[in-house]
Parts: sequence; C-alpha cells; structure tokens
Amino acid sequence: MMITQPTVTALWKELQSRVGAGDRFAGLFATRPEGGALVLSAHVAVKGEGEAGRGIDTLEAPLPPGAASYPALTPRLGAAFWYEREIHDRFGVVPEGHPRLAPLIRAGSVEGHALPRHVAGYGIFTIPHGPVRSGVMESIEYLVETPGEAIPHLNMRVFYKHRGVENRFAGMTAADGVLLAERAEGIASVAHALAFSHAVETIAGCEPPPAAALVRVLHAELERIANHLDVAVKLADAAGLAVATARLALHKERVLRLVSRLCGSRFGRGVVVPGGVSALPRPPPAEILTEVDKLGRAVTGEAAALMATSSFLDRLRGTGPLSPGRAHQHGALGPVGKAAGYADDARLARPYDGYLPLAVPPVRRHAAGDALARLRVRWDEVDQSLGLLRQVTEDLAERSPDLARVTCEPVRGRAVGWAEAPQGEVIYDVTLDAGRIVRCHPRSASFHNLVLMHEVFAGDILTDFPFIEASFGLSVAGVAL
Amino acid sequence: MSIWVLRGLRDGVVTTRWPAKPDAYADAWRGPVVASTSANPIDPMPLCPTGAISAEPLRVDQGRCILCGRCVAERPDLFAWSQGATGPGAAALTREALIVPEETDEAVKAARARLRERTAALRRSVHVRHVDTGSDGSEEWEIQALLGPVYDIHRLGVFFTASPRHADVLLVTGAGAGGMAGPLRTTYDGMPDPKVVIAVGTDAVSGGLLSESEAVTGGIAAVVPVDVWLPGSPPSPFGILNALLIAVGKLGNGGRGTR
Repeated sequence: MMITQPTVTALWKELQSRVGAGDRFAGLFATRPEGGALVLSAHVAVKGEGEAGRGIDTLEAPLPPGAASYPALTPRLGAAFWYEREIHDRFGVVPEGHPRLAPLIRAGSVEGHALPRHVAGYGIFTIPHGPVRSGVMESIEYLVETPGEAIPHLNMRVFYKHRGVENRFAGMTAADGVLLAERAEGIASVAHALAFSHAVETIAGCEPPPAAALVRVLHAELERIANHLDVAVKLADAAGLAVATARLALHKERVLRLVSRLCGSRFGRGVVVPGGVSALPRPPPAEILTEVDKLGRAVTGEAAALMATSSFLDRLRGTGPLSPGRAHQHGALGPVGKAAGYADDARLARPYDGYLPLAVPPVRRHAAGDALARLRVRWDEVDQSLGLLRQVTEDLAERSPDLARVTCEPVRGRAVGWAEAPQGEVIYDVTLDAGRIVRCHPRSASFHNLVLMHEVFAGDILTDFPFIEASFGLSVAGVAL
Repeated sequence: MSIWVLRGLRDGVVTTRWPAKPDAYADAWRGPVVASTSANPIDPMPLCPTGAISAEPLRVDQGRCILCGRCVAERPDLFAWSQGATGPGAAALTREALIVPEETDEAVKAARARLRERTAALRRSVHVRHVDTGSDGSEEWEIQALLGPVYDIHRLGVFFTASPRHADVLLVTGAGAGGMAGPLRTTYDGMPDPKVVIAVGTDAVSGGLLSESEAVTGGIAAVVPVDVWLPGSPPSPFGILNALLIAVGKLGNGGRGTR
C-alpha cells in the first residue's frame, strides 16, 4: 500500500504512530523525480494477522521545491540514523536536528586520516583498523577508541567500497536488473534476486509456476545454510579451534558444491529470473534429497560438538550483547534481532514463493542477545532450512514436469518486493516505465543491522572484536551499495 | 577438546591433489563463455548485459563476461561455456588475451617471459596480500576457501600475510571503487619488489556490470598494473589457485585444463 502525506512533518507523525502501534520501520530513502522536488519515502513492515495485514507499506511526502533542509526523523526514531546520513550524502539536503551528519556511503570531505575522538579521558587513543585489514576481509574501517582494553566507543567508515549500485539500476531492463541485484550483496545473491523479482512480478502481475516457487526456496535455504556455516567458521577461527574451523569450512564447501551442481554457479546466480527460475535443477530431486540428508547429518553433528566445547562457548557467552529493548526499538533484522527476542521473519510474516504452502516452522525464542544467542539462532535456522529442503525436494519429486518460468514483461508501475536473506529481510523498491527501470532502491539487512554494532561493546575488550563482528554475519557490500 | 581430535580424522584426507593430479570438480567447472564460431549472423548487443560480445568477427571478451548464460541459452549454436577452472588458459597474462586468445600468442609469450624473470625468486614460498576494492563479497568467500581443508594452499607454500611489507602477490577483488583507489595504491607501494598483481574476478578485470558506474574505475588496472587477469563472477577457488600458481611460475604440466 502506498500512502502520500502532504508534508514531511505529517509523514513523521504517521510513521511514529504506526511504529508505536507495532509496525516496524524498515527504511527511509529519497528520490528526485525528473525536474521535481525531492520526495522522502519510508518503508513500514505492517504487523497484521492474516493475508490482509501482510506486506510492506510505502509512506511518502514531498519536500517543498528547492528546500535545502527538512526536520530530521532521527531524534524521533533512532533507527533512521544511517538512512538520513545516506540521504544527505546522495542529495545534500540537511536533516535539521540530526545528531551526527558525517559522510556514510560517499567519502565526501573526509580529510586524510584524521581520527575523530568521541570519548575524552586520560590515555584514550584511537586504533584505526582498515580499510585494508588483516586476513581476507571486505573493506571497512573501524575506529576503535580505547584506553587499552575496553572499547568505550566504536566508529565505522563504510564508504570505501561504495560502487553506485543504486544509480546503475536506472535504465536497465528487468532481465538485466536481476543480474545486478545478484551482485549487490554477493553472499546473499538469491535473496536479492528474489526481492527484486518479487517487485517486478507484482508490477507485471505474473506469478511463478509452482515448481519454480519451490526451486526458489531450495536455493534460498541452501544460501542460508552456507552463510550460517560461514559465520560458524569465522567464530571457530577466532577462538583458535583449528579442527572445528577446518570441519565447518569443509561443510560450507560441500554446500557451495551442491549449489554449483544444481545450477552451475556456487552462489545460485542466474537461477532466479522475473517470472520464475531460469531452469529446474539439473540432478533429479531424489538425488538432491540424498545430498541434503548427508549434509544435514554432517552439519548437525559438527554443530553439536561445537556447542559442547566449553572453551569456545566461554568466548561467546555475554559477548556483544544487544538488549531486547534496543532490538525491538531498532527493528533489528535476521539472527541479530531473533537472538534478542525480536523476530520478524519475512518467510513467516509475509510469505512468498514456496514458503506459503510449506509452512515454515518457527524457531525457538532467544532473548540473551549475545554472540552465543546469535549462533544458537543460526543453528536453529540451519535445522529449519534442512527441514524445508527435505520438504521441497520431496514435493519436487512428486510433481510432474512443470514449467520453470512464465513470461514476465513488466511495462510500467512501482512495487516493493522482499525476501528473507540469511542476514535478515532485504527490500527492493522498483519503479519501471516503458519496460525500463526508472529507479530501484535496494535495502539490505546488512545496512539496517550494521549500525547496531556501535552499541554492543559494553564491557567487551579488543579481543572480543572478531567474535562480535563475525556473530553479526553481515556483508559490507550490502551496506555501501 | 578430545572430541575434535577424532572428528578431525572422520573424513580422511579431503584435500584436492591438484595440481599434481587432475581434479574432477575443477575440470567440470563452467567458465566464461566463448564464441564457437567467428561468423557473425547476429546483432550481439541485446544478448549481453555487459556488452562483452562484439560482432565482426564474433567474439566474447571473457574479461567482461559475468557468466549469466543468456547468450548460451538464446544462441547455443554460436556460444558455449568454456570448460575447466584450471590450466594456462583459465587466467590471462594480458588483457587482450581474454578477448582474442589466438592472435595474442606472441604478446603472451613476451609477458610470460617478463613475469618469469621477475618472479624467479618467488617459487619456493609465496606470501599473498588481498585487497577488496568494491567486490560483492563472493570473491572473498572463494579466496577464504583456499585456506580451508579442500584447497589448503599451505601445502603449496602459499601463505596469506597481513602486512604488505611481507607480501609478494597482491590479490585484488572488486570493480575499483573510488574510495579504495588510495588504500589500494598505498598497499601496492608498500610491497617490496618483485611483486605480482592478480585481478580476481570479472569486476576486477573490467568492472563487470558496474563498469559504467561513476563510483568505480571499471577494473583495477586504472590504479595498479595487473600481471594476471582472472575472469569469473566470482571465479572458483580452483581458478584463483590456478592464477596464483601462474603468477609465480609454479604451474607445472600437471595443471590440466581443457581450454
């Protein structure tokens, strides 16, 4: 649903009352229609029961023509903190009353390597870590303010790998757009392609065939398992558990090889297309089921052993805690939110593709909010994914040969699509005209969640850093789009 | 802790024997597209989202191929996937060799000779530094896989290092984001000679789908000189391993490839 308000103030009022009533703030961005005034758009995930309440609403308001500023949302709704900085970077418009308007996704006027200091005190210094970091990591710079061990303040510069993905969408066809969506956040290729395709399919008014809907679930869940295993590898590595690291890396490699056997790409690229999937999996479903069962036994056994290794658990317990209150207030997504008792899983709340008939089993409730709870959520999700994979492959085996895709030729319109990536919910807001993308705004879960890392270092020290970073399980590519 | 001793023995040796022996997974790998004929009965523009296909004669620039497979699906009579992730043809020593492999033999030979001369001292033990200049994150996964038990590059005397001062090889991923140009250059300048640069992935080679974005340089060659060009979106771990061995002249005849 799309709601337009006459002024920004009215938009903020509406937003606040919706969030107060239980809806979740899911993003804010600006657009400048050709020759027009800037428009602010907010996404809200509706908390509703049954089909009618499900979905993501778009709330909009125009700025007065030529306006160089507007009253900031952040003082009223803290979750808008990074979103308003992004808008400032892109359009130069100033949110009046924003607490810290430093560059976020575009480097702007950052001078050399100046180290900002937010904490005052004897012996406090700043450790710059990045953007070229030790190990094989994505580029991001952490500025750790510390008296030596504790971390009273952490600052992040995420703009180094800004690639201009959002602008690049403009002018593309939907068929090309899905390829770019796959590369927006490469470790969640399937989820991004799904969210983009859902928006395009809504505009075109088409629906993927039942077999395609199941194949989409197949790839999305394999992607989830691979991502969660990757987090487990990094956590075990941080704890110095050489054998566990190697074993978990082996299982992750097995998942990627299974994906490449299904479609040729280890990241499920080229599978999801608007209107369905490019082709049904190459091996017969029974063979996939055998592989999934083998994989399931191996992963479950390794997870049980890891969760019984006390030297490992000691490093995670109480590390990087996010309070349930803050998770709720921010609308924390994916495992980060679930670990702190705030679960809004798009597969359950706003089901799409094969998830509706499959009935996703909910995972256990967690509330500790620490790195250990985040890992527990991931193992629960892996179990859940394995269950879904078994159902999907059995369903596919029983089905007579079916179409892989329907024709999907969208012409004009605007729609919002979503999908639950391993990191949390991904949202695409797509506008098409004459079959070409006029504007496409991707919002990854990584962007929404990473800002929370500022707040979780209470009581933790420098050596906890790798655990906290890994336990969030985010990708910088999805942040600095 | 003792449980891990036993678990570690569970699957026996899972490490690939490549390059000493061929590896089935590497040989079956689906690589960038090649044109199977140079005749040109088509308008290639709508077939390729990155404009990798040129007409007259019909050619696919593998350095721009993102392996979406649209051309293979639409015109299987003209285009085919290349087979195999390894071998001398899976990574190129000049940018042109990714476009017209057959006509650049001389240039490639010259490039190989120059590289050999420079890297003669590196053959026993090699230290590698990685820099991300705006990748989508998948290339990092594939490089990290090299440290896992399946690829295990330590067995080949290759090690990752945190400091550019200790590095011989620079693995660069990403389309060349403007914000990373400075850090990439600083890292490169910080490395001692001789040094080798590998562009890992189609994004690093040409910018891929983002080549027209104003926020990237469209490949990393605009910032640092590239010695080995490895296409793929992303390349497979075998492809990266192969490129590393080519870069330091450690690839013997065992590195089989069908290209």
